[in-house]
Amino acid sequence: MNQWLTAPILIPLLGGILQVFMGYAPISLRRTLAIATTVLLLVSTVVLVVLASDDSYRLYAFGNWQPPFGIVLVLDRLAALMLILTAILALFCHIFAIGGADEGNRQFHGLFLFQLMGLNIAFLTGDLFNLFVAFEVLLIASYGLLMHGGGRARTVPGLHYVVLNLAGSAVFLISVGMIYSVTGTLNMADLAIEIPKVTGENLDIVKAGGMMLLVVFALKAALIPLCFWLPKAYAKATAPVAALFAVMTKVGIYAILRVYLLIFGEDAGALANLGMDWLFPLALITLAMGVIGALGADNLKTLVAWQVIISVGTLLAPIALGSVAGISAALFYLLSTTWTVGGLFLVAELVAHQRGSAKDRIVTAPRMRNRTFLSVLFLLGAVAAAGLPPLSGFFAKLLILQSVASGPEMAWLWSVILVGSFFTVIAYSRAGSIVFWRTVDGHVEAQGPLGGNVSVAAGALVALSVVIVALAGPISDYTDATAAQLHDPAGYVEILKTPMVGEDR
Amino acid sequence: MELVFALVIGALTASGVYLLLRARTFPVVVGLTLISYGVNLFLFSSGRLATGAQPIIGTTDTYTDPLPQALVLTAIVIGFAMTAFVVVLSLRSLADHEDDHVDGHQDIKEPQPEQNEEVTGK
Repeated sequence: MNQWLTAPILIPLLGGILQVFMGYAPISLRRTLAIATTVLLLVSTVVLVVLASDDSYRLYAFGNWQPPFGIVLVLDRLAALMLILTAILALFCHIFAIGGADEGNRQFHGLFLFQLMGLNIAFLTGDLFNLFVAFEVLLIASYGLLMHGGGRARTVPGLHYVVLNLAGSAVFLISVGMIYSVTGTLNMADLAIEIPKVTGENLDIVKAGGMMLLVVFALKAALIPLCFWLPKAYAKATAPVAALFAVMTKVGIYAILRVYLLIFGEDAGALANLGMDWLFPLALITLAMGVIGALGADNLKTLVAWQVIISVGTLLAPIALGSVAGISAALFYLLSTTWTVGGLFLVAELVAHQRGSAKDRIVTAPRMRNRTFLSVLFLLGAVAAAGLPPLSGFFAKLLILQSVASGPEMAWLWSVILVGSFFTVIAYSRAGSIVFWRTVDGHVEAQGPLGGNVSVAAGALVALSVVIVALAGPISDYTDATAAQLHDPAGYVEILKTPMVGEDR
Repeated sequence: MELVFALVIGALTASGVYLLLRARTFPVVVGLTLISYGVNLFLFSSGRLATGAQPIIGTTDTYTDPLPQALVLTAIVIGFAMTAFVVVLSLRSLADHEDDHVDGHQDIKEPQPEQNEEVTGK
């Protein structure tokens, strides 16, 4: 039992409740308290990363019920990595938001913090049904955030997003019911023990349940053919919200990693590696689709939204192959791509702010006021996203390419990633050269200089790709250990035997 | 009982999916509601159907699995909240676009202005 595990859930929960009750307080007070909550959250996740880095599993059982009964939170290296990834992204999005994007909606900060709470529950939970609840918590906050800022352009993508996710939730519940009806448990560690014992006619039920679960996670992760809702919704969202949403697709990828390595892993008997032979080709098609979308994008935000889909494909391909090195490389890429994409959304918003009616459309327009600063940020972000040396995207893609053993998979992965990266470079250089170089005479209506908050937030998120390169050694050590830990479900199952408080009497 | 139960779940889900595909906001909302009813019933059945058995040990000779009931309860609460949100969003979409199509508009060509076909030359 370790009470620290509840901190990343309780901090945003209490902060969010506080925001709800002070909706009419002065905005400066609300902003200060909201940022303080996010900073506190970041501190708590740092503590959890330190806790998790000794390779042990930590458990918090609500109500002191011995697992598999009751709800448990489980902390391992993967959960800690996802928590700190989210907390850092959220802090910079939040700093950007208090630069003015949070105006016009008194509950923006509350929704933002509840969104973080949902994300953190999803990463910490050790229970399949609680994962569903976490998805719903983060989704209902994300519905509110997506509609933030109003405007007719947001209602239709918002409606599509909500309806699609509700249909996904229904499928999730059906698959949970199918798995429960056979195994009689929903605790992930217990499922890892029960699934290999399933035989006979029950096998098909669990198999169908497992495949439907993959469909749900693929919908959250925006895997083809379930990805077409994403570009419109993300491109229309307010910039800090879109940047925070960069981590939402990663929740689906996290769930795939967790469920399909632990429950349907190599030890799962007849159901070993369920669905992974589907995942690999679909991931490559998603990658190709994302590149085509990026080439055809007519504004910067849509371009970045398609970059989200590219990164989903790049992440799921090595995960589907399932080697330790591949998963380690994927986790390294996960860190790099989430922060970079978040930063690019913020940069696109700053560009849109400086170009008058041209907004972020990829067309010629009068010069921007802060063009040097913005073009350097865009260049850094584009280099990191497309995977050119010397920034983090390059190293991550290199690790992914190195991780695959020779064979037909290697041929497919290398060709799709390399050709895809080439065309991504073309997409970014086309967008960048038109927006920053091909300017026309004239001037836009006087815009104020960039605020300190927004510059710092966008700059810092993009600059994180430099930090990742500088710290590449420790980070890849951590991801290697995470991948090794994920490949050993026997360790995770040990949490079932953790003594509860007061049991030793 | 099992056959009736299965038929009800099937009918609810099939009607729900049909309504979802109508691509009008009101049928979509009703369709989502029907699907969630079907899903809740399905979830309820995952603990096996039993008559006269309560989910509390000691009250009767046989008892039934309490967990699916807890799951259904949670799912119902979440389903209601989500449905309420979709209803509000649909109304907003209707007000914004003056059309209840889920795309905000229909891809039907505007009716051609009436031409004076009477001029036939006769």
